[in-house]
Amino acid sequence: MNTTSIINESLMGKGSFWFPAARTSLAPHTDQLYYWILWASIASFIGLFMVVVYFLWKYKYSPTNKVASKQIIDNIPLEIAWTVIPSLICLVIFYAGYIGFLHISLPPSNATEIHVVARKWMWQFDYPSGIKSIGELVVPVNEPIKLIMTSEDVVHSLYIPNFRIKRDVIPNRYSRVWFNANAIGNYQIFCAEFCGDGHSAMLGSVRVVSKEDYQKWQKEQNSGADLPLDVLGEKVYNSKGCNTCHSIDGSPKTGPTWKGLWGSNHKMSDGKMVVADENYIKESILDPKAKVVAGFQPVMPTFAGLLSEREINGIIEYLKKLK
Amino acid sequence: MSSEPTPAGMNYLNFPKGIKSWLCTLDHKRIGIMYLLFICISFALGGLFALALRLEHLNPGPLLFTAKQYNQLFTLHGAIMVFLFIVPSIPASLGNFILPLMLGAKDVAFPRLNLASLYIYVIGACFCVYSMIAGAADTGWTFYTPYSSTTDTSVISMTLGAFILGFSSIFTGINFLVTIHKLRAPGMKWFRMPLFVWALYATSIIQILATPVLGITLLLLILERSIGVGIFNPALGGDPVLFQHFFWFYSHPAVYIMILPAMGVISELVTTFSKKDIFGYKSIAFSSISIAIISFLVWGHHLFVSGQSDFADMLFSLLTFLVGIPSGIKVFNWIATMYKGSISFETPFLYFLSFLALFCIGGFTGIMLGSLSLDVYFHDTYFVVAHFHYVMMGGVVMAFLGGLHYWWPKMFGKMYSEFWGKIACAFIFVGFNMVFFTQFILGAKGMPRRYFNYLDQYQPLHAFSTYGSWVLGVGFLIMGFYLIDSLVNGKKASDNPWGGTTLEWTTQSPPIAENFLETPHVTQGPYERGKVAH
Repeated sequence: MNTTSIINESLMGKGSFWFPAARTSLAPHTDQLYYWILWASIASFIGLFMVVVYFLWKYKYSPTNKVASKQIIDNIPLEIAWTVIPSLICLVIFYAGYIGFLHISLPPSNATEIHVVARKWMWQFDYPSGIKSIGELVVPVNEPIKLIMTSEDVVHSLYIPNFRIKRDVIPNRYSRVWFNANAIGNYQIFCAEFCGDGHSAMLGSVRVVSKEDYQKWQKEQNSGADLPLDVLGEKVYNSKGCNTCHSIDGSPKTGPTWKGLWGSNHKMSDGKMVVADENYIKESILDPKAKVVAGFQPVMPTFAGLLSEREINGIIEYLKKLK
Repeated sequence: MSSEPTPAGMNYLNFPKGIKSWLCTLDHKRIGIMYLLFICISFALGGLFALALRLEHLNPGPLLFTAKQYNQLFTLHGAIMVFLFIVPSIPASLGNFILPLMLGAKDVAFPRLNLASLYIYVIGACFCVYSMIAGAADTGWTFYTPYSSTTDTSVISMTLGAFILGFSSIFTGINFLVTIHKLRAPGMKWFRMPLFVWALYATSIIQILATPVLGITLLLLILERSIGVGIFNPALGGDPVLFQHFFWFYSHPAVYIMILPAMGVISELVTTFSKKDIFGYKSIAFSSISIAIISFLVWGHHLFVSGQSDFADMLFSLLTFLVGIPSGIKVFNWIATMYKGSISFETPFLYFLSFLALFCIGGFTGIMLGSLSLDVYFHDTYFVVAHFHYVMMGGVVMAFLGGLHYWWPKMFGKMYSEFWGKIACAFIFVGFNMVFFTQFILGAKGMPRRYFNYLDQYQPLHAFSTYGSWVLGVGFLIMGFYLIDSLVNGKKASDNPWGGTTLEWTTQSPPIAENFLETPHVTQGPYERGKVAH
């Protein structure tokens, strides 16, 4: 293990009153600017409303104050002051925001490049070593990572709150975003641009690991041909994003739980009962909208072309174990 | 305009009589009242959708709707509130009624065009209602491509509705512009116009220049969907970001179409209820005009994470800070107006105070969103939702309600219950802050907008926001009751119940069809006191 402390966060984790915990080197700068404007705003607001309340109390209508005591309608120095001073403050805030933005948007030249493909409704990550993962982005800690992103259908937006970054992912175009995570842990990925029925289910996570664990993970991903089917199934469950929507402990998420699924009778949204056997499982992976379990949204994307025949068999064997 | 003069004791409401005399009326007051009716219905409908959306978020997971229904609901909420309520709200209802009265004119410059704008509004609204029934659009009111080019919901009828409503808006703008130029009473120089008139003038400029761009954009979208012309959809060789530029080129200035008339109302309220001439008349008037101009140059701040160049991001951020300055100037002048006044706390003034507090919060959070690095984090989260509701609802709706209560006696000749007026205002103020201040915190914690479902950790804040929506709903319910009740049981209103100084208070309540018995002659500024009894 390296020197960075391990933080076990349930994705977003505890943060301050306002923000989730900052987990990149640049995120604290964004927070600082926010607090700076926040306190300046609170001070101005209280100042303004102290004046307002004083006026309301001092000049309220009363038998002794039936008409305005003096009709003051202009004061040029005052007008200049409350034009120029806020303008100068705004210029300072603008500059601070711009400098912060330049750091966020310009990746260092030594950054590791990972390709991101977004489609309704999943995130797919392509690593330089030829590995592909779905729903979970695995990166080494304390290394700059540059994401080169494109979409296969509509506009999506990659948003990682703990890193304070967000960038639209646009069809027929490449956009980029970068970060340097400074703490080991799991962090939430949201889609931030409305993309349809599964928008709020288009979640993902970033798993930040030590450099050694990253090497190990890459090796594991590259092997697999010799694994027993049920172990392969468990690996697919964790690395291809199944775990984003399906639990293995019985709790419902975006999709039905896998626990006790095998061989059980399921009611579909059209009222029919279906037994969860090999054919049903395979169909649900390749053509998820064909049969939708009652009470769930038809938001699962197809995995056709993304899983090998052996991996699908692995999932089936894995399901059999989840009694 | 009716050919025969109004008989003694009659007014625009009861002379001439008959449903046809209303449907074919050319009287700006009647058109304003009909607009008011439709706008209130739209607001109620949009509000019911909002309550349903909030209810869905009481707990994570599906409660009332499917994901698709939820998406259709927030689209309808947004589209109705923007296109059917808030854009026409103050100009078409209060503005139509009050503008000619304030100018000392008999009517607007083009009464027939005015009636046409009302009917076009109704036709546009029909398209929106049709879209609701025939598989409501689920794109969000922003219609972003290529989602809107590819979804199977009825995007065409909704965008066509918005396209048609645009003409209604343009007609009103042209009418007001010409009216202000040509129909001012003798002696009413430019700097003797009430500030509400200045605000409507600035609004009209934006309506005329910006609305056609929206019309063209929506028409291109319709062409893309219906006959497959590739403009925005990359699958057809188009560019989706181009749509975002086109859309915001209208829709950002449209924000000022909404807020400028509201600022005009606020200027009227503060001077009347402080019994004091406005402070910094020219500053307020010119800040309206400068907002109208700068508002065309800031649309790019909606695209900071959409992939425009870093240089464009920098420029748009700078210009965004610039557009905030005139609004700040107005706030300072309104506060200074109260200095050495004689302030009375009737219901319209309470809405002025609500506006002041909520608009300031909207402004401060606007500064946060204008800073580039912060916007990267806050963009498309509940923080943005909270911000624009503070400006749109905390700003525009509070001013609309203030104006409605202020001119209600003039419009209907009846006083509403002051007691219930204050109670409703309190409910609305408290409820609003419960709903939307909570959403600032949700957004800062990373909650993205337009989410049907959400992570468990957001539940307490979402639930609190939903409770607030009920308080807000109760406030509006009370208001509906006492306003309707006032029409039947209200005390008769005097010609000038608040001690206002502008010309509409010099004629009877409600006014006769011709507005004034004699054309007023203006010899002083709009808010000069001394000659006005109260």
